[in-house]
Amino acid sequence: MSGIRVSHLTKSFGDFTAVDDVSFDVNGGELAALLGPSGSGKSTILRIIAGLEQPDAGQIFLTGQDVTNSRAQKRNVGFVFQHYALFKHMNVEKNIAFGLEIQKKGKKEIKEKVAELIDLVKLNGYNNHYPSQLSGGQRQRVALARALAPEPRVLLLDEPFGALDAKVRKNLSRWIRDLHDRIHVTSVFVTHDQNEAIEIADKLILVNRGRIEQIGTAPEVYETPATKFAASFVGNVNVIEAILEKERILVNGAQGHLRHQTLENGSFEPGEVILLVRPEDTTISREHSIETPGWIPCEITGIHYRGSFYEIDLQVGTNVVKSIINKEIFVQQQWQEHQKAHVHFKQYKVFEVSDGYQTVHAMLRQLGYIE
Amino acid sequence: MKGKVAKLSYGDLTIRSLSFLYIGLMIVLPIAAITMASFKGGPGHLWKQILQPQAISSLKLTFLLALVMVVINVITGTATAWVLVRYRFPLKNTINALVDIPFAIPTLVTGMMLVVLYGPRSVLGIFLQNHGIEVIYNKPGIILALLFVTFPFVVRAVQPVLMEMDKDMEEAALTLGASKRQSFFKVVLPTLLPSILTGAALSFSRALGEFGSIVVVAGNIPFKTQVSAVYIYGEVESENLQGALGSAVVLLAFSLLTLVILNLIQRWSSKYD
Repeated sequence: MSGIRVSHLTKSFGDFTAVDDVSFDVNGGELAALLGPSGSGKSTILRIIAGLEQPDAGQIFLTGQDVTNSRAQKRNVGFVFQHYALFKHMNVEKNIAFGLEIQKKGKKEIKEKVAELIDLVKLNGYNNHYPSQLSGGQRQRVALARALAPEPRVLLLDEPFGALDAKVRKNLSRWIRDLHDRIHVTSVFVTHDQNEAIEIADKLILVNRGRIEQIGTAPEVYETPATKFAASFVGNVNVIEAILEKERILVNGAQGHLRHQTLENGSFEPGEVILLVRPEDTTISREHSIETPGWIPCEITGIHYRGSFYEIDLQVGTNVVKSIINKEIFVQQQWQEHQKAHVHFKQYKVFEVSDGYQTVHAMLRQLGYIE
Repeated sequence: MKGKVAKLSYGDLTIRSLSFLYIGLMIVLPIAAITMASFKGGPGHLWKQILQPQAISSLKLTFLLALVMVVINVITGTATAWVLVRYRFPLKNTINALVDIPFAIPTLVTGMMLVVLYGPRSVLGIFLQNHGIEVIYNKPGIILALLFVTFPFVVRAVQPVLMEMDKDMEEAALTLGASKRQSFFKVVLPTLLPSILTGAALSFSRALGEFGSIVVVAGNIPFKTQVSAVYIYGEVESENLQGALGSAVVLLAFSLLTLVILNLIQRWSSKYD
């Protein structure tokens, strides 16, 4: 097996059992997330894999080799710390070169490799900067380059975005996903952020109180009705953020409303919901007053010719909705960009959103149902 | 307030002038006075006073013993700080507080403590003497006295830096293939270096002027165990002020030099923080 195998791992600190009979596999080239609340033992698991902690029982296999009893320095594991742990007295170049210098690689080889990594993490021009002169995001990229330099068997990231602000966090996490798609190093990252995990991981390993609760892809783990339903679609589906009130649904940011009473499962929970609408189940019209229920004001923001039909982008409040209109009707109505219109959903499904819109979006994006 | 000079009130002006005057009177004036006094007979005369055999011999002894002390202090001080920060043990707070005791004890008392402990009439002193080691009234006594009075400097300089330094950095070095030894010498030590040097410079300058504890333990034999401070004291007592001034100016110059070096260390290390 080319990835990581964790087998019946147990670790206690005094009376506290941090890791309780934990087993899982991460396949070669996979990017897995250890997801759980703080204090759940996920970081301890990661540190045991790296050899920074010794387990009380259990085994660790890296690329098929039992490394349970080998020291951290012999494991050839790349580790990225939450607070970067850069060497303060070394500049960016020296930090990245550290592992290679320990391996006593040739000067020329080190130089080339460092240049390549600086390019990879997009820090060109920062070669001689000291960590104190870099932003949080830049520091974490240096830490990543440093961990990758000795070509580790696996890459372990301990809350790698934890110390960054929300925006940098989001960019960096997407960027890490892209990077992983390019270099394919078996990776495990620890996070308590569900969206982050869903967004970038191939596999989620849910940890709670030192135990594994569930392992699977995001949709397998989060079997929400919405994703299940979306999975039954072929091709794209519109995901529309809305609020369910008594007897009506308000699309976020838009005027007008839909008459509606219950959720898809028959219950009524006022609050955040999403509507799932197929592009072909939409109709656009010019002549409707705002007051007419079922017709929601929108603006045409894009028109794409697709041969037998037209695909039209609509801005409906804060949502972007794709609509499909057959050629004859399109020619008849003579739609143009920036035109105001009203949209009607012939068929749609309503699902409750319990973890915030972002979670649903992230999951659907991972499934490939939305972009 | 950009581009506009704030108008000073009379109150501001007064307090400023008073504080400048105070610094001038208390610090600048005495330094100027001793410098001028030492140059009274011209530089040639001053040079001659510095090079007086007894003066130069005590200066040499002072610097030599201070250097030996600094080397020992750097090692033991760093190790002490390490233990105090990295290990958990009972009575840690008490032991930590003990570190400051040398600053609180009058240095004459320090000298007496050493005489009582190692002196020719103490059990330990007799034992050591039987093995050919003379502590009191000889150089080892002076070094012990210097080590005692300067003990806190390195410890207290290194301790906060060590506390701030996460174990992460060492762990990062380990995962990158470094041994514990490599991680210490390539990562930990360079990070601590500025603070170690700061502690070393401070204890060195303190040792140059140490008088009270040494005068008790050293025996003060010219050309053998007489340090500069004791020599200066002797010359002042026997009313040879010019002779005393020569050595005094050398000590003063080196103290000021230490100050400059300390500033340079600080500037150099601020690049990393």
